[in-house]
Amino acid sequence: MHDAIGRRRFLGYVLAAPTLVTAAELGRTPTASAGQHSPAPAQLPSPEITEIVDLNDMMTVAAAPTANLISVEVGPDGSVSFALPRAEVGQGITTSTAMLIAEELGVPLERVRVTLADARPELVFNQLTGGSNTTFSTYTPVRVAAAVARTRLLDAAAADFGVPATRLTLDGGTVSGPGRRGVDIGKLAAKASSVRAENVAVELRKRESFKVIGTPRSRIDALEAVTGKKKFAVDLDVPNALPTMVCRAPTVNGVVGSVANLGEVRGMPGITDVARISTGVAVRGETFGQCIDAVRALRVSWRPGTAEGKSDDDVREELRAAELPLVRKPPLTDTVDETFTFHFRSNSALEPNCAIADVRADRAEIWSSLKSPIVAKQTVAARLGLPQRAVTVHVTEGGGSFGRKLFFDGALEAAEASQRFGKPVRLMWHRADDSRQGRTHPMATSRVRISYKGDTVLRYDQRHTSVSTDLGHGLGEIITATAAQLPVGDIGFAETFFQLSQTMSYDFGFNSRLLTETDKGFNTGSMRNVYSPDVTCARELMVDELATRMDRDPYELRRAFLRDDRSRRALEKVARAGDWGRQMPDGLAQGIAFHAEYKAVSACLVELDCRRETVERPIRNAVAGPRVTKVVFAVDVGLAVNPRGLEAQMMGCINDGIALALTSSLHLRDGSFLEASWDNYFYTRQWNTPPELQIIVLPDSSDEPGGAGELGVAASVSAVACAYRRATGTMPTSFPINHDTLSFEPKPTVPPVPQSPTDGRDHAW
Amino acid sequence: MPEHTFRVNGEQMTVDVAPDVRLLWVLRDILGITGPKYGCGINVCKACTSHLNGQAFNPCSVPVGDVGPEDEITTIEGLPATVGRELHPMQEAWLDHDVAQCGYCQPGQIMAAVALVRRVRSEGRAVTDADLDTLRNICRCGTYPRIRKAVAEAEAHM
Ligand code: FES
Ligand code: FES
Repeated sequence: MHDAIGRRRFLGYVLAAPTLVTAAELGRTPTASAGQHSPAPAQLPSPEITEIVDLNDMMTVAAAPTANLISVEVGPDGSVSFALPRAEVGQGITTSTAMLIAEELGVPLERVRVTLADARPELVFNQLTGGSNTTFSTYTPVRVAAAVARTRLLDAAAADFGVPATRLTLDGGTVSGPGRRGVDIGKLAAKASSVRAENVAVELRKRESFKVIGTPRSRIDALEAVTGKKKFAVDLDVPNALPTMVCRAPTVNGVVGSVANLGEVRGMPGITDVARISTGVAVRGETFGQCIDAVRALRVSWRPGTAEGKSDDDVREELRAAELPLVRKPPLTDTVDETFTFHFRSNSALEPNCAIADVRADRAEIWSSLKSPIVAKQTVAARLGLPQRAVTVHVTEGGGSFGRKLFFDGALEAAEASQRFGKPVRLMWHRADDSRQGRTHPMATSRVRISYKGDTVLRYDQRHTSVSTDLGHGLGEIITATAAQLPVGDIGFAETFFQLSQTMSYDFGFNSRLLTETDKGFNTGSMRNVYSPDVTCARELMVDELATRMDRDPYELRRAFLRDDRSRRALEKVARAGDWGRQMPDGLAQGIAFHAEYKAVSACLVELDCRRETVERPIRNAVAGPRVTKVVFAVDVGLAVNPRGLEAQMMGCINDGIALALTSSLHLRDGSFLEASWDNYFYTRQWNTPPELQIIVLPDSSDEPGGAGELGVAASVSAVACAYRRATGTMPTSFPINHDTLSFEPKPTVPPVPQSPTDGRDHAW
Repeated sequence: MPEHTFRVNGEQMTVDVAPDVRLLWVLRDILGITGPKYGCGINVCKACTSHLNGQAFNPCSVPVGDVGPEDEITTIEGLPATVGRELHPMQEAWLDHDVAQCGYCQPGQIMAAVALVRRVRSEGRAVTDADLDTLRNICRCGTYPRIRKAVAEAEAHM
């Protein structure tokens, strides 16, 4: 956007409307630094490409040529509304966006209503929620639109009062001037409006005068959340959109051969429709309970899927075969070498894949939590054979994402089922479906070699080999469209993504990292923090190993090799606050780790109890495992818009990291994933979460916010892994560490979903 | 079809549905009470946790035929009325600690937390870390540490 007119002046717009509507262009010019560096040689990026341009820059650059307007509206009742072209899935961007508007406009936070925009194809690349990019890319445009509103309101009041606007102030939603009673902005909204679109140049508030940005605020939807009023997709009241479920194959992506009893199932109590769709047999009924009964009653013969007969070991073998050779050992040096395996993991949110669809002959309407609604709209239109403009896609509040909602599997299926039935549907995946046929984070190996001599590290090499990650949700298109403008040469977009998201934080001499992918047979999708939890975990464990070989303290070695003061500050903070090096009983240990990404830095210190009595503490239907007893986490995202929200994101990341290191994975056996329940897939529970937790938001180190939603996972998983190594004296090389023990009785795959119990009254407590 | 009568949030309700349909679907799909969430349908995730005659229970695992006119079901929507206030102290503590992230699990978390405090109190003691560890409700957003703090605060105000 915004040709800056001199320092801190930006161009926005007032739009033609009966009330005040102001706007700014979403997207911005590339950062100056991106243009100043000369491109690296073709084929492979230079190792520290992330210092020149990272994923955030790329997503923002991609938005520039097609940028479009986002608008702020001031209503006659003094309320301020904004439709955010992003998905809110718990990460708090509606709140942080409302804060930006409240700050710049001078209204109380409670007056700002932020809703989620429908799919807006004209935004092209600029309606994708991913890469922790939202605040980074909207920080300036949202404030510019709000500043235009402030300017117009002050001008309108000035005309009214007969005094220059410079003598007026707008604060708390009221314009006041010397000797004048305040006037509410609602009363000025019509007067401040415009009959035609006009350019307005504005200055943004100076950071020193911020009253809202940088202060801890609670979520704007907190009251709805705690009273049960917050509406998710399947909670919406869409007429005649009856519950719909799909009977799915016993193996990954298996397809329907034939169905023996369609008619019989159609006649079951409550059932209104049954039909084959591309992913299975869809059933629609009065209640989801009756849909479950119908799914269980269907007698389907299935044809093979895309991972037929495969088990974990087969995929591990495929990865081994695809691994690139590591560099040869440099002569006369010592090396530390290791290969780490990271098993399949589920990125299921608590809200399963779901959507409401109402498809008619000439149009369709979809409601779902979607992080890439434009691609969803295009794909749905193509699948239904409708023109894109005939498909309306509403983005609903999401019950978690963790990467899952970049895809629109539920929306596409709902559209297909609704078209088949000729009726609206409220489609939801059963938890068992979500776990078994839903997206997974791909299995991967990471091989690391650190070459050193005495106290000097000469080179660092990492080869990451992974089952293919599906990036077909729009990010792939962004990368394809921008790759030519980036100094990365001609490499595929997974490799581009990998290179742009990984950074080498230590001064380890020459370093290289490469990604190889294999096997497209799985429904994959990146999970929160994408490659970094695995890549960083492998690296940090090897840094600890290096410290052992060099006979140095793991903290002190990291501190010595970190490349800049900002990184060191985060590391030092957790070491001090967490009392690094304190004496602990046998079986307990501390672990420390560092990770930088999204223009942010983070460090994590954990204490882990691996004593047998702890690991084996009895908990029904659960993995107890080693207990993380304490976590100290320090984060610097440049500028923290909402420290309370940032802390919440780090808390989530820490719990994710604990699960990734210790307990949570999917087991592939004979072409199916075994996990079908939250008591099979061991995401962190209260009995795994650290009783002691301290999250330190470091003082702002920049004028701009970096990304936060995913940042904390990598340092957390790494610190837990390092603590495990130190507590047990053995290097863990396969994650999560309990993967080799199957800690539950797998549920049958036919029928594909378990029946609900009937003894709930006996368990009331 | 058989009729079933029971009370929900202080109101008598009658529904006409097969007796084996689980209460969660009766609440959500027939009565339009969407506070209790679906997360598993097999009494594992606890997202649907509500109260039955004052005790925590999971409506995904109770057939509607198992409840009768004397049974009082309280969902998150009806929790404040049980203490005659606009918000239950547990909900207030949740706001004070800004517990919710996506919020999907939180109705169930709050209902379970209220039951936990009541149970522990009936045993004449205060909530311990070990008690908090027994809460089985999944929060995939990982809000557990804030939940622990909020329960401790609410306990003082209940
Ligand atoms: S839906 Fe009832 S416990 Fe999960
Ligand atoms: S707040 Fe999202 S699942 Fe708990």
